[in-house]
Amino acid sequence: MKELNIEKLHIAVGDQEIVRGLTLRVPRGEVHALMGPNGSGKSTLAKVLAGHPDYHVTAGKILMDGEDLLELDPDERARRGLFLAFQYPSEIPGVTIANFLRAALQSRLPEGEELEATDYYAKLYEKMELLGMDRSFTSRAVNEGFSGGEKKRTEILQMAVLEPQYAVLDETDSGLDIDALKTVAHGVNSLRGPDLGILLITHYQRLLNYIIPDYVHVMVAGRIVRSGRKELALELEERGYDWARDGATEPAYR
Amino acid sequence: MKTETSAVNINRNIGDFSYPEAHVRDAGVGLSERTIHYIANVKDDPDWVREYRLRGLKTFLEKPLPTHWASKDLEAIDFNKIRYYLSPGTEPKRSWEEVPDDIKRTFERLGIPEQERKFLAGVEAQFDSEAVYSNIKKAVGEQGVIFVGSREGLKNYPEIFRKWFGKVIPIADNKFSALNSAVFSGGSFIYVPPGVKVKHPLQAYFRINAENFGQFERTLIIADEGSEVTYMEGCTAPKFNTPTLHSAVVELVALKGAKIQYITVQNWASNVFNLVTKRGLAHENAEVKWIDCNIGSRLTMKYPSVIMKGRKARGEVLSIALANDGQHQDTGAKMIHAADETTSNIISKSISIGKGRATYRGLVHVPKHLKNCKNNTECDALLINATSRTDTYPAITVRGTGNAVQHEASVSQVSTEQIFYMQQRGLTEAQAMSLSVNGFVNDLVRQFPMEYSVELKRLIELEMEGSVG
Repeated sequence: MKELNIEKLHIAVGDQEIVRGLTLRVPRGEVHALMGPNGSGKSTLAKVLAGHPDYHVTAGKILMDGEDLLELDPDERARRGLFLAFQYPSEIPGVTIANFLRAALQSRLPEGEELEATDYYAKLYEKMELLGMDRSFTSRAVNEGFSGGEKKRTEILQMAVLEPQYAVLDETDSGLDIDALKTVAHGVNSLRGPDLGILLITHYQRLLNYIIPDYVHVMVAGRIVRSGRKELALELEERGYDWARDGATEPAYR
Repeated sequence: MKTETSAVNINRNIGDFSYPEAHVRDAGVGLSERTIHYIANVKDDPDWVREYRLRGLKTFLEKPLPTHWASKDLEAIDFNKIRYYLSPGTEPKRSWEEVPDDIKRTFERLGIPEQERKFLAGVEAQFDSEAVYSNIKKAVGEQGVIFVGSREGLKNYPEIFRKWFGKVIPIADNKFSALNSAVFSGGSFIYVPPGVKVKHPLQAYFRINAENFGQFERTLIIADEGSEVTYMEGCTAPKFNTPTLHSAVVELVALKGAKIQYITVQNWASNVFNLVTKRGLAHENAEVKWIDCNIGSRLTMKYPSVIMKGRKARGEVLSIALANDGQHQDTGAKMIHAADETTSNIISKSISIGKGRATYRGLVHVPKHLKNCKNNTECDALLINATSRTDTYPAITVRGTGNAVQHEASVSQVSTEQIFYMQQRGLTEAQAMSLSVNGFVNDLVRQFPMEYSVELKRLIELEMEGSVG
């Protein structure tokens, strides 16, 4: 099965259990929104999927196309097709976007094979156009001195160039004004397709007006308390997270 | 002291291999007046040079090790166990074909003949104490440019040589300049006639092959009025178990309106003590620029200097130091303003990895009576691990009015988050580190000649690969 499969996952930071028995499946070709209040464990889940060294999986499994992700280093996961759009992307002083993405693509090639420079730049410029980014952007250092909107757009540009099989978008809408939000949403929508599964993590319903999800899951206190179609997001917007928590039974998954 | 092994030792360090020694001239172990006379006899020195050497020895013996401010690691050098002169006893060859096979193979492995064909105006290759190869492109030689070893310079161009030799760096400048003055051998002598602009760089390559050995080259470059020249030096040595000593003296003289650019990529093995004195004298409207990259050695102490003697003279030091486990890069710059409207610029970047230590020492001196002098100093340090260390000792004396000084310093660290971010894009931890470091030095490296920036980035990558995981 071509899917990202999270099964009964428990995550701890120190003594504190943040994620408590979370189960979620994101098949390729679908967009799943994961909503929840602050502190519900959404971002922790995102980091663990990518393999952040500060978090410990105490129980459960994560499989990507059947392969055990937890056995792999962060860079191995990335090269096998997992992408995380960071909520707070790091700055890399002195390293241009062009050089960074080139190194990232080069790392996916077998040893001894060199990335073809002309093809690379053609692809890079095409994706930038898609995101309404000026070409001069490529010679700026990654995230250095970027506005919030520029950082988020750069994340989506990287996703577009690296062409992952699964993308986790962590609060990609936070800190964006409505114009920037629309641009980013347009970028993500243009990447949707049968080969890409997306897990869209967000606090607000707003983003889901622009990126229409196939499914919506509500996460509270480290677990998924409700799952449903896109209408669930609207209902949640109306009734609030307390409603989601109170009425929770075992999550109805499809 | 011949080794029995005929097999070549090699590992990832390109310079870490050696061939059996085949020296005919050997001053033996230890340092005394006898050593000086041996060297002076072998080299057929004129009397004034022999005298100069003896004064150098006396000063060296009188001066204490500078351990009151410098690293105590200097005490690990046993000056009585070092060999001060080793050579095959032949003149430097003008073509690679004539160079003895072992030595030729050494330089071929280091890529020197290939680089010469590609982009150099001239090459000198020194093997232990003497130049074994020295050649200048015909067209450059026909312009009157002189590029020979120091011994040939002294023999064939005594009037220019003597006029400037030892004038920029006196014997007693420091203990190691005194040592070099006593036992110097090899190094380059360059003279560029008025108005001649040498388009391509002249390169010297210094190779240490022998164990328990000290290399003491002496380089003198004179750029006559309005001339321009770029000189590049590279160096490697195999890694022996005992300390190797390299103590050079380099003097540059840029006459009115001349420009000298001096580029070093120092990649000595990690058992080499690299204690070098480098200074340039810039006359009116002249420019001396040092580009200094220190990747190798156990302890480097080197502070390239410029004395701006004439009005509107300019001095510049751009330096990069990389200190890995077991290394201490103690580097910096000195800018001595001695005339009005002189300007100097220092940009120093250091990277400390593992238990490596980088030290920056800067001296900027502008006396009271001068007007409209400017200095800009930037020194940035990058620490890779929690155990890495960096120290900065700036000494800035600016007196009088109408002189401007600007000093910026920063220390930064490669964070876990940054490495995780890069790994999430597919780079291995080592690749991520390497890219971060390249980013850190990038704006500086961009100012280097292309051939050197490529070489430098490659060296940094090699260092980073070995330091992670």
